[in-house]
Amino acid sequence: MTATAVTPRPHGVQHRRLSVLLVLLGAVLIGVVLSITIGAKSVPPADAWHALTTPSGTENDIVIRSLRVPRTVLGVLAGLALGVAGALMQGHTRNPLADPGLLGVTQGAAFAMVASIILLGASSLLAYIWFGLAGALIASVGVFALGMVGGRGGPTPVTLALAGTAVSAFLYALTSAIVLLDEQAMDVFRFWQAGSIAARGSDVVWQVLPFILAGLLLAMVNAPGLNALSLGEDVARSLGQNIALTRTVGVTAVTLLSGASVAACGSLAFVGLIVPHLARPLSGTDHRWLLPYSGLIGAALLLLADVIGRVVAPPGELEVGVVLALLGAPFFVVLVRRRKPVRL
Amino acid sequence: MRLQAVDVKLGYGDRTIVDGLDLGIEAGTVTTIIGPNGCGKSTLLRALGRLLRPQGGEVLLDGKRIDRIPTREVAKILGVLPQAPTAPEGLTVADLVARGRHPHQTWYRQWSSDDEAAVGEALAMTGLADLAERPLDELSGGQRQRAWISMALAQGTDLLLLDEPTTFLDLAHQVEVLELVRHLHREASRTIVMVLHDLNLAARYADRLVAMRDGRVVAAGDPHEVLTEELMREVFELDAKIIADPVAGTPLVIPIGTHR
Repeated sequence: MTATAVTPRPHGVQHRRLSVLLVLLGAVLIGVVLSITIGAKSVPPADAWHALTTPSGTENDIVIRSLRVPRTVLGVLAGLALGVAGALMQGHTRNPLADPGLLGVTQGAAFAMVASIILLGASSLLAYIWFGLAGALIASVGVFALGMVGGRGGPTPVTLALAGTAVSAFLYALTSAIVLLDEQAMDVFRFWQAGSIAARGSDVVWQVLPFILAGLLLAMVNAPGLNALSLGEDVARSLGQNIALTRTVGVTAVTLLSGASVAACGSLAFVGLIVPHLARPLSGTDHRWLLPYSGLIGAALLLLADVIGRVVAPPGELEVGVVLALLGAPFFVVLVRRRKPVRL
Repeated sequence: MRLQAVDVKLGYGDRTIVDGLDLGIEAGTVTTIIGPNGCGKSTLLRALGRLLRPQGGEVLLDGKRIDRIPTREVAKILGVLPQAPTAPEGLTVADLVARGRHPHQTWYRQWSSDDEAAVGEALAMTGLADLAERPLDELSGGQRQRAWISMALAQGTDLLLLDEPTTFLDLAHQVEVLELVRHLHREASRTIVMVLHDLNLAARYADRLVAMRDGRVVAAGDPHEVLTEELMREVFELDAKIIADPVAGTPLVIPIGTHR
């Protein structure tokens, strides 16, 4: 074999992938700046910088530090988490229409929140979110356990989807019954359901941060295994991949990421559905790039939608979940019509 | 003996397909498993490649129980290509072949010069170097199958199990793939086990034929000894004449059936 017969992999590919990563990072940064400066009270960038670096207790400083910054950080975290979780979910199920809600996290969080209100008298946002988080995690573990029944060597995408649908429907029925009976639960539920990153202090950010960081770490570890799995279970196994372990790590990551963001921000699972479709044309099928791209696009999109929601209906605000659905749905239709849905 | 099935019992759930089967694969040979649909030949191949855990008995790789060796270590010795594998849309040939390097990579060290060399060599050996950047779904069936074999080659194993590598291919492409298999065997002295449906091609390209029926090995050995008119009746319930292949001299099966 002569050396000339060997085609080296083009280094341009690697180069292009890094450039895209930088561009996406830039987009998130722009989103952060917009999110900090634009709102019911517009703050000039210079004042915003002043508030971040040398706060002196002015009105602007207070708005920025106690409202805008936590809101922006939460937007970045939730966007990252939901984008990555969506890409993981679609990769593991090999289903382009899968979203993180498939594991029952959304309904699990909703049920736990309203149950905590009527059964335990929970009354603070922080408490709701703790219960929501616990509910999301428990529902997901339940779905995973149900998905194992009958399957050999770990749950399969099909058994997971079936179990997720069944558990979600069951929890949704319980949630509906509770909110019909209890007015306070109804109030919390309907605002949570719309999906919002507003009015959550830095305590909420600290609350969900460890879960999201752990989820992101597991997702990165999961990426090479997911690449192997995308060639089918038999090929993955023949390449030396432990299928059950890969699935478990992936599902755990999805649970942590989507559970934490859904509990804190309500049902924004739509981000998880749509973002991987935006990332895939840029990244190709390699999950080592698809996951970070999806995370960054998710963060940029969430911030942008949140900023739009602040300015379209003054003096009020539109919840980010509503804006995302209003803008995202038609956009998604165009996307699906323009390019054939990708087979995974 | 590179690979050995000892008294294996194989099946899915309650359904047993193979019971008490013994088979040994010697180093440096091309072994082809033949038999009617549902006789358990693919099941056996899956068990040999540890894609299916035996319900009884054991599979030995170089004398050691294959299920006691870490799966990643097995993947450095033994490559398996399942029947009709599917890839995500848009995956290029080079990317597919690069994924063959998976067992040699860790999550913190993703790509090395060894990987680079192995992928280049695998592409060159399968004649795909010029198509490396093309998406898999734009290739012909024969090229696509070569790309998958190329992935298995990049894995760098000297033992290869191929499950019906010629399904869905026309005759010219079947020959193309089998010529590649022969090349791999002769030039790189790889040990190859495959399942084939076409008996005439099986006889021509194998050192050793294994004929199966109802989960049992009916005959195993040199194609001339295995492929006889009695065996055709016993294994396939088919009346056939066996003549010498005018090109290769290997047995050629002519089914009798009803004819004009």
